[in-house]
Amino acid sequence: MEKVIAGKTIAVNEEGYLTDFKQWDKAIADELAAEAEISLSPRHWEVLNYLQTEFKNEVPLSIRKIGKSGVVDIKEFYQLFPKAPLKTATKIAGIPKPASCI
Amino acid sequence: MKHLVILGAGTAGTMMANHLSHELKKADWKISIIDEKEEHHYQPGYLFLPFDIYTPDDIIKSIEEFIPKHASLVKGKIDKVEPKENKVKMADGSELNYDILIVATGAKIAPEETEGMKGSEWHKSVFDFYTFEGSLALRNKLRNWEGGKLVVHITEMPIKCPVAPLEFAFLADSFFRHKHMRDKVEITYVTPLSGAFTKPKATEALEHLLEEKHIKIESDFAIEHVDNEKKEIVDYGGRAIPFDILVTVPTNKGDEVMERSGMGDDLNYVPANKATLQSKEYANVFVLGDASNIPASKAGSVAHFEAEILTENILRYIKGEPLKEEFDGHANCFIETGNGKALLIDFNYTHEPVEGSFPFPGIGPLKLLKESRMNHLGKLAFRWIYWNVLLKGTHIPFVSATMSEAGKKYN
Ligand SMILES: Cc1cc2nc3c(=O)[nH]c(=O)nc-3n(C[C@H](O)[C@H](O)[C@H](O)COP(=O)(O)OP(=O)(O)OC[C@H]3O[C@@H](n4cnc5c(N)ncnc54)[C@H](O)[C@@H]3O)c2cc1C
Repeated sequence: MEKVIAGKTIAVNEEGYLTDFKQWDKAIADELAAEAEISLSPRHWEVLNYLQTEFKNEVPLSIRKIGKSGVVDIKEFYQLFPKAPLKTATKIAGIPKPASCI
Repeated sequence: MKHLVILGAGTAGTMMANHLSHELKKADWKISIIDEKEEHHYQPGYLFLPFDIYTPDDIIKSIEEFIPKHASLVKGKIDKVEPKENKVKMADGSELNYDILIVATGAKIAPEETEGMKGSEWHKSVFDFYTFEGSLALRNKLRNWEGGKLVVHITEMPIKCPVAPLEFAFLADSFFRHKHMRDKVEITYVTPLSGAFTKPKATEALEHLLEEKHIKIESDFAIEHVDNEKKEIVDYGGRAIPFDILVTVPTNKGDEVMERSGMGDDLNYVPANKATLQSKEYANVFVLGDASNIPASKAGSVAHFEAEILTENILRYIKGEPLKEEFDGHANCFIETGNGKALLIDFNYTHEPVEGSFPFPGIGPLKLLKESRMNHLGKLAFRWIYWNVLLKGTHIPFVSATMSEAGKKYN
């Protein structure tokens, strides 16, 4: 699927997650954040950068790991990205939705 | 003489002791298996005990009964493994040296990870059903309960048998219906996932069943604490869900022995190669069952498939041959849906559960991802199979260790 975000045509999946991280840029993040009714502060960016680094290092993401990362605690993570923070934050960061293994 | 040591005589360890006692030459190899408990519990039975479907006698036997003659059962608590020294230290101070080590110490609940969970209401109105004690306490509570809000809850993934909490909700619906009090009970299913399950097709089928049974679902709920006074669970976003009975699956963790040994990850699971089951750090250490960190379901059926492949890999390791990268994450789970019916799912690392027939393509007799009475009989037969076939390490006819794609409806 494709979607026009911040004036660019971007490849996304059915849930709106970018399928090619190379297409991501800050303007896209701002627009995706706006869709989730979030305006990105420097604190948001610290978390987004952390998530992207973990993604590049192929570290599986979970709420527990983020809570222990030292970057943000779970409470604040919820304040920054309300309701379903991991899903929202990964979407804005342009990385895949974490698959919780079973 | 060489020494192979198995840590844990639960489902996985017992199966390996049985497989290897057939395969390893007695003159060359001694097999020891260590456990601190006297009893072997059929854990899937913990799901049925609260509803008086099984009795404690159905699910408890002695560990000793299932250990083969040629393996020696060492009773006691494992204090520590020193993998660089090839040594296991017991809590009583004794030591075992090994040539090959198999880690099968399982997983268990850790309610202390969540604030207030193991508080004043623990086993009074806050229950688990992942331990014998919890399941029995819940049975006693449900026998006289007059109704109210029943909340079935998962704290965080991964958990053993990830479908068990859903089954609990379905069986509760059926239980209260038969007691003619379903109208007095409000059932809510609370999960940290975005839906009823982790895989899309199964999620769709299961959410449909929840709706049909009037079970409300609250998803994306990451619990912060249990409020014992107000009797509610609260998530990090401040969402609160009130309960009269909370049936929770606490965080699951590997045994602390792996933490003490420096062999576990942040949840004490031991990193292993997901296709060979060899430890990522130590070539002569192998991991199977719930103790492992591989991204497969933590289920007895998975341990069974792993055991077949691991047996072959251990023989290869002994001969100095390359290991087979064969384990594909195969899992096969019955899902009780109440009223004498069940679903069956069959899947692996790469293929999600879909509709179809099992084990004979196009014939069955079991149906995948569809409710049927036959599947329910399959689930009940699983207990007999567990005690008489699985633990003994016998191959189940027609069911291969790796998943078969035949008879399944993939798009
Ligand atoms: C409620 C419930 C329902 C389930 N339903 C199903 C189902 O329908 N189908 C299915 O396939 N699976 C099901 N399972 C999962 C299944 O029971 C487990 O996956 C299986 O038992 C795992 O086997 P294991 O050998 O890895 O761990 P376990 O069987 O738990 O064995 C671990 C053993 O190690 C011993 N041990 C650990 N640490 C130490 C130590 N430090 N010193 C000494 N001994 C130690 C323990 O005493 C224990 O005996 C269910 C589980 C639960 C809880």
